[in-house]
This record gives sequence, structure tokens and C-alpha cells, in this order.
Amino acid sequence: MSKVVSMSEAVGRLVADGDTVAIEGFTHLICHAAGHEIIRRGRRNLTLCRLTPDVVADQMVAAGVVARLVFSWLGNPGVGSLHAIRRRIESADPEPLEIEEYSHFGMVGRYTAGAARLPFFPLRSYAHSDLPAANPRIVPIASPYGDDTVYAVPPLNPDVAIVHTQRAGADGDAQVWGLLGCQKEAAFAARRVIVVCEEVVPEAVIRSDPNRTLIPGTIVDAVVEAPGGCHPSFVQGYYDRDNRFYLDWDAISRDPALLEAWLDEWVYGLADHAEYRARLGADRWAALAPGEAWSQPVNYGSYG
Amino acid sequence: MNWTSNEMMVVAAARRLAGERVCFVGIGPPNLACSLAQRTVEPNLELVYESGAVGARPARLPISIGDPCLVSGARAVTSQFDLFSFYLQGGRVDVAFLGAAQIDRRGSINTTVIGPYERPKVRLPGSGGACEIALDAAKVFVIVPQSARSFVSRLDFVTSPGHVPGRAAAGGGPDTVVTQLGVYRFVDGEMTLVSLHPGATLEQVRAGCGWEPAVADDLAETPPPTDEELTILRALDPDRVYLG
Repeated sequence: MSKVVSMSEAVGRLVADGDTVAIEGFTHLICHAAGHEIIRRGRRNLTLCRLTPDVVADQMVAAGVVARLVFSWLGNPGVGSLHAIRRRIESADPEPLEIEEYSHFGMVGRYTAGAARLPFFPLRSYAHSDLPAANPRIVPIASPYGDDTVYAVPPLNPDVAIVHTQRAGADGDAQVWGLLGCQKEAAFAARRVIVVCEEVVPEAVIRSDPNRTLIPGTIVDAVVEAPGGCHPSFVQGYYDRDNRFYLDWDAISRDPALLEAWLDEWVYGLADHAEYRARLGADRWAALAPGEAWSQPVNYGSYG
Repeated sequence: MNWTSNEMMVVAAARRLAGERVCFVGIGPPNLACSLAQRTVEPNLELVYESGAVGARPARLPISIGDPCLVSGARAVTSQFDLFSFYLQGGRVDVAFLGAAQIDRRGSINTTVIGPYERPKVRLPGSGGACEIALDAAKVFVIVPQSARSFVSRLDFVTSPGHVPGRAAAGGGPDTVVTQLGVYRFVDGEMTLVSLHPGATLEQVRAGCGWEPAVADDLAETPPPTDEELTILRALDPDRVYLG
């Protein structure tokens, strides 16, 4: 059964006010298109979970969508700060932003515990750091098998995980290559899963290479085809990071008026991501196209 | 050839990678240092990135920790669970780089906040993977521009612990700190200047340090960058994105 729907329908049906939403993707496969649709639909009081809140998180926070941020690294990667988020944290401008902070491994461990239905995830991080004092949910625990001490982090079970992939079947089988981040863990931990992809492909394509399936359709609620949906982030083999955008964002996010104008022009003023893609223009997309580097095919064998 | 103090800093870090094998890399100066080491003192250095790229062979200067150039041609790509569990916490990383907004005499590092945590004067990025790197890597190198603002007697927040009393994990604190002024190592847990870069003075070191810095009895002068090192380094960062 096809789960393919528009982004508007997927977000409208599966993301509600007050939800805990994970939009993962570690520098790679960051679904800006979904973030923009959440802004466009005026969702409020979301808890946004992401190892690395970056430009799309800054946009969502500036648009008033996010009340709480659960994270491990906050910044405009390779450029500097996220100024809308900093204004909220440093000066409660225009209102406070609640934060819950871990390290990368702590966040990955939280999704893992959530996905595996465990009460906590143990790790060796945090000893002698101030992070447990800043976040009382990071707790030292004694090993039951010796005198070792490790730290526990609680499970994270988002209401919704949004995962962008290169290709997916209509049923939701999602295939990824390149950097994998923690999307698998986030998806399995979530109550609902939206797969966004560069292209929907026939089931035969998926089944010809099952090792590449990161997320099975059995846990997926909706599939959205949104080519270019990660811009200005990148999709391995499809388009490169648009570094100019990350550099431009620094000046935009420093100035609340510029930021509001940007949201008006690029989010509220557009019906959907197809319009965003068109507005960027063919030249901009052409400049982001990578060369080719194909993998060698493997023989799975035919049995019976 | 003339050179800058930033170039000296990267060259000094690269030389310290001689004899190392698996290196956990960061973007910016650490990446330059590793790429330079691969072309000079340590051709067999394996680059592992927090994003999951293992044995990367970047064909261009990566502009982020997850640049697609780290994937194409890599030895392996892992999930972040595998990376942090098996590679880093599992003890398969020989040396890792950290940066710092603030560092103290014990090599503890702050990358979280300037000012109080609840209402910071400056909200910095936070740990990322730094906290686990500091605890789990066999050896930690720190590259940090030195000033009285970064070398402080008391951190506003300990993100990544250094040579703190009672600490048991892995390397026990940074092995080496490289700045634009010199190279520091740790003697009984105390950051100690072991080599001064040519042109830098002890007065500059003291002015750029929030405590009275320990200086090794046999303080050396860092050999200046060679023409070969400079030529390779400048080709790695032709737009001087990180060299300044």
C-alpha cells in the first residue's frame, strides 16, 4: 500500500502542537523541507530533538515553533553561531528557550535506549565534567558486576521522527548511503515516522539491494518525495552542501528583521518545497551537482 | 619562506602525529595538521571523523565535519552508534584532537558557556563529541589560540575533563597542547611549556595565560616550518580559510 503523500499532508496529519519531534541527519540529509512545512503550518510548543541544531533549527526557533531544544552541539557548522537561538538562551529575547543538553554519544544512546525499550543507556562519558550538574537526567550508576561507574542517560522516544533519505519505496523502505548519523535509532525510537526522500523508487529497486535499507517500511507512516529537500545541507551523490547559504545565514540570523523577511520570502511566501527549489534557480542547483563515483555492484545470488 | 604563527601552530601539531595510527579529526586546524602529517611525518595516518567516516581520503578541504568528500573513497562509513561505542569508547582511537574556548592548567576544556550556565553571557556550541573524546581517546591533542581569555585559571564550565584528581579513564587528560606561541605537555598533571616557537617570547606566554605557567627546565625552541611543510600546508588551504 502506498504511503506517499504531500509534505503538507504528512506534517498536517503526523506533527501536532506540543509534540516531541526528532529531525536527525548529521550534517548530511538534514530535512529542511520538513522544518519549513512545520513553520508554514504554524505548529507551536514543539520539543525539537537533534544532535546538532543548525540552520533549520534556528529558523524553527525564530518562527516561534520550538519551546524546548534537546541537543548536544549547537551552531552553524563551519561558520559560527545560531543567533536566533543564542538570543533566546542568552537574553530570553523574545522569550526563554528551554534546553536539555547532552553530548553526541549521550544523544545517540538516548535514541538507542528508546528504540530498544530500555530504561536507560550506559556510557563512559561525563565523568568529571559539569554536564551532569547542568542536566540532572545524566546520572552516575554503579556496575552490578564490579566497582566500575558509568553514566546513564534516559530513553528518548519522540512522537515523530523525520528522516530524509536518498530513495524510498512507496511503502516506506528507506535506503541511505554516505553518512548514516543516528537516523535508524531515532526512527525506531519514535511513535510515528515520516520518510522524506529524493526519489520514490519501485519496490524492485529496494529489494535488489536490501543491505542498503536503513529503515523498513513496516515502521513508516508516511513517505514524501521532496527532491532537494535538504538544501542547504547535502545529499551524498545528489547535491553538495550550499556553503554560501550557511555563510549568508550568519548575517540574516544576527538581525531579527532580516530573519523575519527571510522567513516571509522563503517559507511563508511559498506554497511548498517545489516552489523553494524553483526559486533557488537552475544555476544554483547546477553548481551543487557532484561528479560521479559509482560503487561496484555485488552479487546477492539467486536461490531457488 | 616567511610564515605566520597560525602556520607554525598547525605545523607543530602535525609533527606530533609521527608514529600515530588512528586519528579522530576535527574540522579546521586539526584537519590541516592531519593532512600535513599524512604528506610528511606519518603517511599511514588513518583519519576518523565524528560523522562516521573511517579512513577518509578527502579530495578537497572539508568544510564541515560531515563533508561528502569524507565519504567518497573512505575505508568505511559507520553509524554514530558504532563510531562512539566501538571505535571511540572501545579504545580503537589512538589520538584525537580537541579545540577549546577556555582551557585551564590541568587541560580541562570549556566549549559550553561563558558566564553562568543558566543565563550565559555567551552560549557556545556545547560538547558535541568532545566530552567522550576527552575521556575515551588514548591520547588527546589540543589546538587552541592562546590568550588571557582562553587560558584561564578557572573555567566557567567543564565540558571535557583534563588531568583532574581521581580520574581513571583512558589517557587521563590531554597529552599535548599546541598554540601559536608554543607546545605544552603535562608534568604531574600541570600544563608545562616544553617548546617555544621561534619569534615567540616567555613574556607573550605569560601575558597570554591566566596563571603563572610552568616552564620546562630544558625548554626547547620549536624548529621553524620548513619550506616543504609550508608549501604543502598552503596547498591544502589555498583560500586560507583556516590559516587566516
